[in-house]
Amino acid sequence: MTINMLIFLFLAVVAIAAAVGLILSRNPVYSAMYLIINFLAVGVFYLVLGAPFIALAQITVYAGAIMVLFLFVIMLLGAAKPKEVETLKWQRPLAIVLAAAILLEGLYALITRISITVTTTAPDAALADPKTLAQLLYYKYSLPFEITSLILLVAVIGAVVLTKKAVKEEVK
Amino acid sequence: MIPVAFPIGLAIILFCLGIIGFIVRKNAIVIFMSLELMFNAANLLFITFANQFQQVDGHVFVIFIMVTAAAEVAIGLAMIVTIFRGKHSVDIDQLASLKG
Repeated sequence: MTINMLIFLFLAVVAIAAAVGLILSRNPVYSAMYLIINFLAVGVFYLVLGAPFIALAQITVYAGAIMVLFLFVIMLLGAAKPKEVETLKWQRPLAIVLAAAILLEGLYALITRISITVTTTAPDAALADPKTLAQLLYYKYSLPFEITSLILLVAVIGAVVLTKKAVKEEVK
Repeated sequence: MIPVAFPIGLAIILFCLGIIGFIVRKNAIVIFMSLELMFNAANLLFITFANQFQQVDGHVFVIFIMVTAAAEVAIGLAMIVTIFRGKHSVDIDQLASLKG
């Protein structure tokens, strides 16, 4: 068993435990904290897979910016934890059964399609270089890059418009 | 190094946990977090295959997914705030006004 295997197993256990905690915890604030742990574990895993830029972007953008947004909204709405009333009795068991079906299907495809002998490669300095990523992003994928900037602009305007309308109505 | 099947299996498990959270929970904010969990699983797959095939294209797609997720969270949380102002609840079972 190599050191990489140990790191992977540890991170996998942490990530899965955090995901389970996210689903089970009653308080949304705890859910957000569990999600941050999950993001950090996966971010470290990106480092092992030779993607340092993505790993740091994951930590700053996901675990940083997006989760701050989540926590901000949770605090804004009051960290109230109303009791979740069950309106459809069969929904919960059905959800678990269906998700288990998807899980088994995916794991079956994984076992039959991908050989266990195929291993990941050691991080390559040339591939991990942000310069390589930037060249690909700004030359080969320059049009999608522009489109994503448009998506961000629309999202910013949309968020402002959506929340502003309600304020106007309250003033009237 | 580790077999490629392990990170792919981890991504599948995380995705399924995201699905369970998405369907089971009633709090709209927690539902959005489960959505982020699923985005994260997809990103993990992209990075794993980028490593296996030694192509950086997967990293570029992860960046695009992150941007989309950020936009989606901004819009979604704005909607949740707006709904909360009207309904004083983020429980999605309360939002049955469109049911007809």
